[in-house]
Amino acid sequence: MARIAGVNVPLNKRVEVGLTYVYGIGRSTSIKILDEAGISRDTYVRDLTEDEVGKIRDLVDRDLLVEGDLRRERSQNIKRLMEIGCYRGIRHRRGLPVRGQKTKTNARTRKGPKRMQVAGKKKPGKT
Amino acid sequence: MSRSSKKGPFVEERLMSRIIAMNAENKKTMIKTWSRTSTIFPEMVGHTIAVHDGRKHVPVFVSESMVGHKLGEFAPTRTFRGHIGSGKVR
Repeated sequence: MARIAGVNVPLNKRVEVGLTYVYGIGRSTSIKILDEAGISRDTYVRDLTEDEVGKIRDLVDRDLLVEGDLRRERSQNIKRLMEIGCYRGIRHRRGLPVRGQKTKTNARTRKGPKRMQVAGKKKPGKT
Repeated sequence: MSRSSKKGPFVEERLMSRIIAMNAENKKTMIKTWSRTSTIFPEMVGHTIAVHDGRKHVPVFVSESMVGHKLGEFAPTRTFRGHIGSGKVR
């Protein structure tokens, strides 16, 4: 088990993929790290030597904002927008899309599951 | 798409010159403006600017963290109070 950036323990996958289990590291950052550390992308995480794990850990600590710190920064950015009362902040507050998407339909990711029509509120039949 | 950095951030010159004049005299009166696209500059911090929302001027008190945003972001142009019967009245 390799520990990189706190609690993260990627399993028996190739390092390239294993690293992406860390919040804030995706495929491309993962490749960048490995190239810089001079480790082959194809080695499995369980085959990494202590040295190599140490090297990866150092690189991550040095250049990247990951896990808790990254999450904190993100939520602080959002909180700042909400506090200054700008348009984007208001959209965040209301849980609506922030980047100008339409809300007449869709926008379900931000608005959550569809709320069904209340039972007694059906329109009377056509005459 | 962001603006070319060669041009620098946009401000309406009339607005900026009035702000600078007010800073020089250490005065703080409300300035009405229609220029929603103007970027907020550090010089504007502490002033109250009345930004047009299409109908009236909305007073915006400029604070430190607003620098770099546009004036229009702080004066919403739409009034939506919810649909009838949605129960969510603001």
